[in-house]
Amino acid sequence: MKLDGSSLATPLRKAPSGIIGFDEITGGGLPLGRTTLVVGGPGSGKTIFALQYLVNGARSFGESGIFVAFEETSKRVTANAESFNWQLPQLRRKKQLLFIDAQPNFDLVQTGDFDLCGMLAGLGLQAKQMKAKRIVFDALDIVLALLPDLSARRREIHRIHEWLMARELTCIITLKAAPDEPFSITQQPYGFMQFMMDCSVILNHSVVLGVSQRNMRLLKYRGSGFDENESPFVIGADGFDVAVVRVLGRANAKVTNERVTSGIKRLDTMLGGGYYRAACVLITGFPGTAKTTLSGAFAEAACKRGERTMFVSFDSDGTEVIRNLASVGIRLDRYLRSGLLHMVSARTIIGSAETCLVRIKAIALAHRARCLVIDPVSALSNTGNDMRPYGVGQRLIDWSKADRITLVCTSLLSEISGQAESDSLHISTLADTWIHLNYLVQAGERNRGMSIIKSRGTAHSNQVRELILSNAGVTLADIFTAGGEVLMGTMRWEKESAEQVASEVAEVAGKLSRVTLATQQAELQVRLKAVQTELIAKQVEKTLLTRSTASRKAVIRRGGERMRELRGADAPRRK
Amino acid sequence: MSRRSIYKFRLFVADDTMNSNQAKANLTTLCERHLSGRFEIEVVDVFKEPQRAILEGIRMTPTLLKLSPLPIRRIVGTLIDTHRVIEALGLDTHVA
Repeated sequence: MKLDGSSLATPLRKAPSGIIGFDEITGGGLPLGRTTLVVGGPGSGKTIFALQYLVNGARSFGESGIFVAFEETSKRVTANAESFNWQLPQLRRKKQLLFIDAQPNFDLVQTGDFDLCGMLAGLGLQAKQMKAKRIVFDALDIVLALLPDLSARRREIHRIHEWLMARELTCIITLKAAPDEPFSITQQPYGFMQFMMDCSVILNHSVVLGVSQRNMRLLKYRGSGFDENESPFVIGADGFDVAVVRVLGRANAKVTNERVTSGIKRLDTMLGGGYYRAACVLITGFPGTAKTTLSGAFAEAACKRGERTMFVSFDSDGTEVIRNLASVGIRLDRYLRSGLLHMVSARTIIGSAETCLVRIKAIALAHRARCLVIDPVSALSNTGNDMRPYGVGQRLIDWSKADRITLVCTSLLSEISGQAESDSLHISTLADTWIHLNYLVQAGERNRGMSIIKSRGTAHSNQVRELILSNAGVTLADIFTAGGEVLMGTMRWEKESAEQVASEVAEVAGKLSRVTLATQQAELQVRLKAVQTELIAKQVEKTLLTRSTASRKAVIRRGGERMRELRGADAPRRK
Repeated sequence: MSRRSIYKFRLFVADDTMNSNQAKANLTTLCERHLSGRFEIEVVDVFKEPQRAILEGIRMTPTLLKLSPLPIRRIVGTLIDTHRVIEALGLDTHVA
């Protein structure tokens, strides 16, 4: 049997949540006109998630919504959300957002069975009046717990479900789960709810190695594909920010052939013109191999062009970085004063790698940075857990590319990890240009060597260069390879001087032999002339000789005839 | 409290469900037995008059309000336990 498009059901329509990352994970948002269950332990962000869904609905999609608060009072919910700049009072005034307090009064006397029809009847009217499209039941477990038995709970859930379906409201129901076991929700007492919900989301908040980590996971989504992995998220200044590994469409950020200088002339030459705009440049090396200096040179060059630049330092304070860079002729202080450069001391950012990334993104956005330096990016893998840093690195690059930010990050290699030219965040595989710095200890000296391991899309030099720092700035020197050995520092200098002497000697010798040759040439030319003259003389002599011989023969012949005539004795000769 | 005071009740129910009917029956029985001749019951169907449910903040049905004599009392459920209802509403049941 052949299946054609028309025989398939129409694809599920979705209500966008407007929450960064969530719509990407779910391929568009929540199932439209259906119910989504959001489950999580205390403090996992359920309420914020649900409220943000309503706020975005009202602000971005013109859909008004109702927030039914079973646990916290609406006053507290709004007070807690004040830091997010969601303008809740304004939305409430414009009747785009309605809060309903439904906290059960625990002094309430209850005898016999009851149901939630009273609430639903009221909600039905209000939803109709404000043409609500979205609704949130926050902490429904509170009211369910009052119901006498499981069958009553089940009945009320069914009631709510049917009520929602009849009104085609897109609903979020949040439920508390035990903090240590977020999956307990799939078991009793609320296990049965899973089967009525079209989508369920689990939020958890855990501490890994002392660092807080928030994760979101989709347990199911009827009739839709979704990202099944746990996605880290943070609650930032604007609410949720769910980290997505790769955003389709965004991944194909516009590429450009524009080059930006690395700040070091010879490095630009080695790279065939500099870094690409919006590229990710990785500088790896051991401590003290001048990674910061190299990235500082880039930052200075960017500021010189008048581009807004941000320098994130995990190692030291911004002022320290500036002082240290000034010692090698990189002057950043004036750009800091003019506001072009923003120094961020990232040690103040506390939290998981995800949190750091989100903070960096937020600051970069606020600064409208076009060039970004993260020194070192490997610090991201220290703050937190080893499980996720790959995602962080990847997302960092995805984001910077999408926002067309030229990113230079340094990565520290530990002495123990050996010569392996790789970094802990695995950025190296994703980076466009990878510059490696190392030391060469030789003849009592430690010299810095620089090489380009890769540079996508550009022809680049394969040679190791010596990196020289002085108060005049950063320069690169050619290194010498002699007998299969790389020479740097004093040995390179010695070799260079020796070469110079040798070349001078060779030059003098050359001059000398040129003169000698000229002399020899002149001599030969003179000799050639003499011989030529002699030749002519000989030729003349030869002609002369021939001619005289002929005339003598004629004289002799004529003489014989005359004598015969005179004697007359002989008869005339006849033949 | 005067023996002659009239008890005013307002019972919020939802539709014609079993809970609604049970609450109505239980309340009527209770009143007739203990407050004979001095009670008034108003039954409000929340689906027919949702505005009133909103005004009174009715979340669960059935909900019984004792409006007078003051103070106003509120009780939820099918009112199956007569003794608890009497206690909770502070009913004067000397006649019993």
